[in-house]
Amino acid sequence: MTLADAVLAGDRLSLARLLTRVENETPEGLAALDELFPHTGRAHLIGITGAPGTGKSSLVNQIAIHFRKLDKKVAIVAVDPSSPFTGGAVLGDRVRMRDLSGDKGVFIRSMASRGSLGGLATATAGVVQVFDAAGFEIVLIETVGAGQSEVDIARLAHTTLVVEAPGLGDEIQAIKAGILEIADILVINKADRPGVESTERALKTMLELAHPVQKIFQHHGTYMAVQASAEEMAGMWMPIIQRTVATEGKGLPELLGSIQSHGEYLRQSGNWQKRERARLEAEFDALVQNELVARFRAGLTEKRLDETVDSIQKRQLSPREAVNLLLNGVGK
Amino acid sequence: MAERKIRVLVAKPGLDGHDRGAKVVARALRDAGMEVIYTGLRQTPEMIAEAALQEDVDVVGLSILSGAHMALAPRILELLKGNGQEHVLVFLGGIIPDEDIPALKEMGVAGVYGPGASTEQIVADIRSAVPA
Repeated sequence: MTLADAVLAGDRLSLARLLTRVENETPEGLAALDELFPHTGRAHLIGITGAPGTGKSSLVNQIAIHFRKLDKKVAIVAVDPSSPFTGGAVLGDRVRMRDLSGDKGVFIRSMASRGSLGGLATATAGVVQVFDAAGFEIVLIETVGAGQSEVDIARLAHTTLVVEAPGLGDEIQAIKAGILEIADILVINKADRPGVESTERALKTMLELAHPVQKIFQHHGTYMAVQASAEEMAGMWMPIIQRTVATEGKGLPELLGSIQSHGEYLRQSGNWQKRERARLEAEFDALVQNELVARFRAGLTEKRLDETVDSIQKRQLSPREAVNLLLNGVGK
Repeated sequence: MAERKIRVLVAKPGLDGHDRGAKVVARALRDAGMEVIYTGLRQTPEMIAEAALQEDVDVVGLSILSGAHMALAPRILELLKGNGQEHVLVFLGGIIPDEDIPALKEMGVAGVYGPGASTEQIVADIRSAVPA
């Protein structure tokens, strides 16, 4: 029996071991991914991102508890940063998830980002695929504490939650490009804290600008509003703003409802398939690039590479000319 | 193929609430390039064994200052074995009387570190004990 077979049969130790091999990208791990691929595509992948300290882990803990009440099997992939200097990491997300221990319907895996900068680790997509194939219906993916540009999660997840907390920024932060744009659901956690009103107002304004329900224009000096047309509104998801207090479980039933209605929306609008297709294409693309680079490098001796870099440094060749020369034998 | 990282679970079983030592060790192992899963205070042996399984760790480091090590350590070793993780190395830190150390090693504890132990020593011992 292969490791993949054992995972499909529901063996938890084999699952844990396979996750390690996938994370280390060993030949055995990669072969198992191929073997499991036909069994993937069933889970609802839910991303949870946001700045450090907004309460992502506590929220994941509560979301998992509520999905367990619906008898769904839940996997959690929690990513924390690796040290850029030593490559080591302290993965502390489990500290907030102790309520889940003892429940065999939950499987939590901590991952270090291992130098990847987009908020996830390179192997996170593979780890998620293994959980999907193993029959987990809900996969919660918690990113590293993200600032403004860690948006890989939106490509991987079906539904992306961006977690905010009161007092973290003003309206200018809210209209900047980046992380808020990827939200399907905006969660204002720690909503028992002062400042929640103004945070909600800022986020609402931002959403209305990004997803116009009304169009505002200036006509002879006066501002006029026109309702967006039915075609413009159809097939569009208006992100939901949800207040929660994760440590007390407040707002969680409502949040779960929003997550499920987003899932429904994706399935009914055809966007589930569209998103999946875009993701698979991007994944394929990345693999092609890696493979081509690897083959190119394999056919290039250390000496030739050195000489080429020398000529670039001596300004005899531009980097682009050097690439052309090596790939096609053309150039100076 | 990505480099294989040593994965260590650092846990505090039992009821004492002093986690300074566990955090110092977690940090030292991080600085040595290891991936440390930190689980926090007041873990039951069952919680620790389950986390060790899910995280597929090479090493479990237990910090015990309550005096309950002669009850907690064998229970955790037994649960790890029951889960098929007899290969996982268990290290112990905290307040452990010298006379208990031979019995703990007999049970299968790989190393015991009391006050004054150097983090360099812990790192070196883990590196030499974990198969590459």
